[in-house]
Amino acid sequence: MLLGLAILTDGLVYAAYLFIVAVGLSLIFGVMKILNVAHGAFYAFGAYCAATAAGMYFDRGLPDAGGFLIMALAALAVGLVLGLILERTILRLVYGKDEVIIVLVTYAAFLILEDVILLIWGPSSLFAYQPLVIAGNFMIGPLVLSGYDLGLVLLAVVLAVGGFYGLRYTRYGRLLTAVIFDRETAAAFGVNVTRFFTVTFLIGAMLGALGGAAMAPKISVTLGIGVEVIVLAFAVVAVGGMGSMEGALVGALIVGLCRAAAVHLLPQVELFVIYAVMALVLVFRPHGLFTRAQPRKI
Amino acid sequence: MGRKSISRLAGFLGASAALSLALTGPVAAQDTVRVGIVSFLTGPAAVPFGIPGKNAAELIIDAINEGSLPAPYNSKGLGGATIEARYVDEAGSVANQVTEYRNLVQRDGVSAVVGYVSSGNCLAVAPVAEEMKTLTVLYDCGTPRIFEERDYTYVFRVTPTATMDSVGAARYVIDKKGQIPNFSGINQNYAWGQDSWRDFVLAMKTLAPNATIDRELFPKFLAGEYGAEITSLLTSQAEIIHTSFYGGDLESFVGQATGRGLFSRKTMVMSCGESAMFRLGNRMPDGTIIGARGPHGVLARESELNTWFQKAYTERYGTPPTYPSYHMAQSLLGLKAAWDKAAAAKGGKPTPEEVAKAFEGLEFDGPSTRIQMARAKGHQGISETAYGTFKFNKETNKPEVVDIVRYPADCVNPPDGVTSQEWLEGGMKGAKCD
Repeated sequence: MLLGLAILTDGLVYAAYLFIVAVGLSLIFGVMKILNVAHGAFYAFGAYCAATAAGMYFDRGLPDAGGFLIMALAALAVGLVLGLILERTILRLVYGKDEVIIVLVTYAAFLILEDVILLIWGPSSLFAYQPLVIAGNFMIGPLVLSGYDLGLVLLAVVLAVGGFYGLRYTRYGRLLTAVIFDRETAAAFGVNVTRFFTVTFLIGAMLGALGGAAMAPKISVTLGIGVEVIVLAFAVVAVGGMGSMEGALVGALIVGLCRAAAVHLLPQVELFVIYAVMALVLVFRPHGLFTRAQPRKI
Repeated sequence: MGRKSISRLAGFLGASAALSLALTGPVAAQDTVRVGIVSFLTGPAAVPFGIPGKNAAELIIDAINEGSLPAPYNSKGLGGATIEARYVDEAGSVANQVTEYRNLVQRDGVSAVVGYVSSGNCLAVAPVAEEMKTLTVLYDCGTPRIFEERDYTYVFRVTPTATMDSVGAARYVIDKKGQIPNFSGINQNYAWGQDSWRDFVLAMKTLAPNATIDRELFPKFLAGEYGAEITSLLTSQAEIIHTSFYGGDLESFVGQATGRGLFSRKTMVMSCGESAMFRLGNRMPDGTIIGARGPHGVLARESELNTWFQKAYTERYGTPPTYPSYHMAQSLLGLKAAWDKAAAAKGGKPTPEEVAKAFEGLEFDGPSTRIQMARAKGHQGISETAYGTFKFNKETNKPEVVDIVRYPADCVNPPDGVTSQEWLEGGMKGAKCD
């Protein structure tokens, strides 16, 4: 009973973390068919900016609640600026090129942005632990859980519900769904696909940076944090299906619960289990669990 | 192209090559010695290890060149020759490090290389150093395999192996906690974490034969999120938890585990804890057993050299030196001691072979303790080690380590000619702890 509860709670927290970092990547791929390696840099920039903002805010002894807001705003702002720069100056030059070329271009952008981080913040790590302390602990039975982790789960739920609602019930979301499904047909019906590309990339970049801000209080914000995240996010998106909001959610839940089960039951396979799940899903569903059937064009 | 044109082109290329060599070639001035310093300047290992190591190199090299070190290192330079340092980033692949090593020797004309944090890089570079007959002092990597797998003429390591860290940790746990019934561990899932845990478990089998392992966790390097591991450790029966975490992983784990009250229920044994204690400050839990991969930093013995090193480093970099700084400092001081000895014997600039001969079996004082090059035919150093208990002093607002216990070199290092694993599996026979 206790073990099951531990796996469930730990799995949910890890799934929330995975979903928050993967959802922007999935969205960008769904609309633009771009495997955006620079997503890891958005995450890292979000974490650095949020940690810097938190340090400046909390050092002044200002009200606790405002600190959370400042961190989120700092991350969203940097995501917006970086996304705009990257999309307008580099990506628009390679639209329509082979997907491998675009992967290489975003990888190059990732490496450049990592060096920009080094240039701005230097090699020292940053801490933004105050929100973790403020959120405190709570108990479920004998388990001690972090209030901040509960906040992460709630954030993931808000993003999932917001994304689902936005795509299904808003005009912009429906048009975006049309672009995801078939960009040529959408363009033929008068949808400004290029503008959708820009807006989607900006939203994806802001979500990536928000993921970094959300994790900043839990981690030592240091060089290289974006590398691991991008690998995990790819695994989640591959399980769920590239470009699917539901896929990212279900993929994160499957991977999160399997990893938590591995830690508690068979820790030796923890590293392996995420990729084993991915491999297993791809054997039976090569395009992931939630990828729509593609009509064959003649 | 006619014969005349070809001879003109050859002449031009020859002149260019000569000019190029004259401007940037490997020929150093007679009164200088070029030394390559390799350490992580970027990437996750830069903050905890690479930068403190590089900082110490800058400080010690400047002091050697000025002759401002305390005795017996107060003579200028290496045998009177000024050190000209070339700094290289250790980040990148192992193959890249081998290329960079060759560049240092062939392009930059260094006479010696002091460097390497990663055990993988040490294992790859050592045979190349031997092939190129270049004096190389490995400064921070811990794998015992370097000198267990083959003999070297030009390669040295002043810093003891990681086996000393795990054996010291196990001895301190038993000294302070007695015959504990069980223990757990959380270590990174790569060679460093697995080897550290294996050595700790083997040492515990000898020192506390009835103790059982409760949880063995191996999250991946830079995992970032440790929620499930913390729950597992919270529900563990064991009071003692061993970790060889360092850098961002250690800091992230401590932050998350503190938030969930792990440290109010369990005692952590952190073999690399000293490298993070100043950055973590009062967020490091009181009562944590702290190691420094040797008796370094807050565990160092009082001496004129240590007082100078602590003061000069803190004034220059704004933070006290941690153990990677000590590893670099003692490696450079070992090189100087050997070089000066060889130069004095020859009465002039020594050859690499003469310096290597002088280095073998050398005994010298580092800032923290005395080093004996007493293993692997005089190429591997050993020293005493120390462990202590972390306490944050609220009055001075500074971290401290109290209840320090020192273990002699022969108590925590395998005897000469015996591999670490054989020694640990055989019950640490021949250990002299009195």
